[in-house]
Amino acid sequence: MKRLFLPLLAVLLCLGAAFAVEPDERLQDAALEERARALGAELRCLVCQNQSIDDSSSPFARDIRLLLRERLLAGDSDEEIRDFLVARYGEFILLRPSMRGFNSLLWLSPVLLPAFAAAALWWYYRRWRAAPTRGV
Amino acid sequence: MIAGFGFAALVLALIAASVQTFACFLGAHRQRGELIRMGCNAALLQAAFLVMAFACLVAGFLASDFSLALVAAHSHSAKPLLFKFAASWGNHEGSLALWVLILALAGAWLALDTAPHETITGKDSAQNSDSHPCARAPLCARALGMQGILGCLFLAFLLFASNPFARLHPPPADGMGLNPVLQDVALAIHPPFLYLGYVGLSVPFSLAVAALLEGRADAAWARRLRLWTLASWSMLTIGIVLGSWWAYRELGWGGFWFWDPVENASLMPWLLAIALLHCAMVAEKRGALRQWSVLLAILAFSLAMLGTFLVRSGVLVSVHSFAADPTRGIFILAILAAVSGGALSLFAWRGGRLGDETLFAPVSREGAILINNMLLCCGCASIFVGTLYPLALEALGGDKISVGAPFFNLTFAPLMLPLFLLLPLGPALAWRRGQMLAAMQRLQLAVLPVLPAFVLLPAYGSDTPLWAVFAAALGVWILAGTVCEAWQRLRLIRAPGAAARFVRAGLAFWGMSLAHGGVGVLLLGITFLSAWSVERIEALRPGDSLTLADFHLSFQKSEPLHGANYLAERAHLLVRAPDGTLTLLHPERRIYPIRGIATSETAIEHSLGGDLYAVLGDYQPADDEAQDGLRIFRLYWNPLVSLIWLGAGMMACGGLLALAAHWRRGDRSGIARP
Repeated sequence: MKRLFLPLLAVLLCLGAAFAVEPDERLQDAALEERARALGAELRCLVCQNQSIDDSSSPFARDIRLLLRERLLAGDSDEEIRDFLVARYGEFILLRPSMRGFNSLLWLSPVLLPAFAAAALWWYYRRWRAAPTRGV
Repeated sequence: MIAGFGFAALVLALIAASVQTFACFLGAHRQRGELIRMGCNAALLQAAFLVMAFACLVAGFLASDFSLALVAAHSHSAKPLLFKFAASWGNHEGSLALWVLILALAGAWLALDTAPHETITGKDSAQNSDSHPCARAPLCARALGMQGILGCLFLAFLLFASNPFARLHPPPADGMGLNPVLQDVALAIHPPFLYLGYVGLSVPFSLAVAALLEGRADAAWARRLRLWTLASWSMLTIGIVLGSWWAYRELGWGGFWFWDPVENASLMPWLLAIALLHCAMVAEKRGALRQWSVLLAILAFSLAMLGTFLVRSGVLVSVHSFAADPTRGIFILAILAAVSGGALSLFAWRGGRLGDETLFAPVSREGAILINNMLLCCGCASIFVGTLYPLALEALGGDKISVGAPFFNLTFAPLMLPLFLLLPLGPALAWRRGQMLAAMQRLQLAVLPVLPAFVLLPAYGSDTPLWAVFAAALGVWILAGTVCEAWQRLRLIRAPGAAARFVRAGLAFWGMSLAHGGVGVLLLGITFLSAWSVERIEALRPGDSLTLADFHLSFQKSEPLHGANYLAERAHLLVRAPDGTLTLLHPERRIYPIRGIATSETAIEHSLGGDLYAVLGDYQPADDEAQDGLRIFRLYWNPLVSLIWLGAGMMACGGLLALAAHWRRGDRSGIARP
């Protein structure tokens, strides 16, 4: 039974996920590796469901992890790597969307919303000031 | 047999819901007590039929009746009993059946609450006094009618677009099993709590619509609004925490929150429910902010329905879309548009009639609650924008883009910081007109523990980010401020003995303090996990060892294992804690042959100081023979992570405590139970 079981287990494990950020991928240079992890956490694994390439165990994510480490070793900046990946896979790969075009609306919203709320509070304050029975 | 019976019960429930709708609205409109009573009885009947229908569904799952398509697709005869039970709501049809069941039960409760007051003697008595119990009957009847409409809509969806009792001919020999990732106790009870929260918010929604139709909202109405919100919010909190706890243990990434669209969908109504339960308090106690309460109640339930739509329609690409089906999304979207759109139009049309507000000074407890509401709404709106922007952009023909965790961490967190800073001040301010200086004086002692936090925290980790120091200090400030306020309160009560003072302060006050303290504890837990968690990913051969945050770990061996419905490889990790105690951790890799799915079972060593978290990975791809036997481990030291569950648990318990307090007070003053 055990002779049959182990190969079966091995085959099934290979079918299943490998592992996110595997040790053999890591760069020797700790600073570069840290940059690679920071970049990887903000890149989407395109074949998974809402996972970053650092969290995903898919072959795609592994390829991108290796690719971005290659580029880092070649001396590319974070921005260049991001642009390269966007040119290749589209904006969808960025978990932190760019601030270009329509997206500036998205990025402005956390500023606009409190401004709107503050305006509402100001309006309420004005009403309070104008009321004859102020605060009573 | 079971299927036919269950389906018939669903049809009868739909009929009862229609009767409930017509009888209640007509009875309220014509001021006819017997019609309202009929509507109340119909609501009870609807609930009874749905209990029967759901019992049939559960019976089908427990008996592994594979002639039911749903059972065949989501269960298996070899599955443990608890998960057979939980499988009945672990899929699209079943979860909607649960949704409708809870909706009907909430309606039944509202009906029992309405029925004693349904005797309307005439228009005069309905208008002469707010405190008269009869005065609320038309309001409650209209709310019950609105519950009936919701019941009709969702029952129709269940019957016509996602029938849980569809048959299979011939029945298969065995079922397809359930996704093994979902076979977990926390996840088994996560949906019922989440749905209790979501659907419980339907009652505040119905009450809001009733108030708009009636053009009138009194203190008793606001009180009922608040109690239902409080109950729903507490359940929602428990539901979210269970889901988060499951994600922490099961997904194996060491995190507890992934800003997944489905998580966001539950966070949005949760935030608005907090805003609503604070602002309904102003509406109840001070007669102000009623319009705003109505609007919040409508929005909160709309977001709860939106959550259902997002999860059920499969419109989002997300890790949670286990039970998604895009074609049905249109149906839910139509319900969502009709219900929220209708309610919001009604608000625009008649909201002005509720504007009988008393004003309050900007510096007052009402003012503090208003700022709390604004900040919570901003937080909710930023999540809303971030979650739906990619969908909107794609629908408008733009690029397909992602909005992920980095966006939400950058936008939502800063919006919450002022809320945390101001939180202890709110309870210290007086109603109507408060004094900032007096409130500060009440809290001056709370500053004492914050100062050492600023000194000690930067020295805690190797490279401490500045935001983490501020966030942790805020957590300490909230905790200390809450304790300080409680102490001030106790000091002012003129009663002999500490125990007597404690009791006199009231359950509601302790509930609030517990919940506010919970916010501080939660914030501390989140900060420690995000800023000071240590990760190591290593390939180890049996006999290898490593150190992680003062823990010494050695990989002893790995062995194959037979589970109930899975095969596994289990590793033995010997852990020596800094104090010398030894423990064995057993992370596993599991294979569920029925579905051919591989999962990681994390092994977690919980302690007060933090969790040691181990995940077993795959075989290292071997280059040569000598490499064989290497296993990849992902190891985390998560400091103080238990504070997250503790804090959230405190918040939920605080909510329930406040609810219990009002329950008792309700009995005393003769106002019916919620």
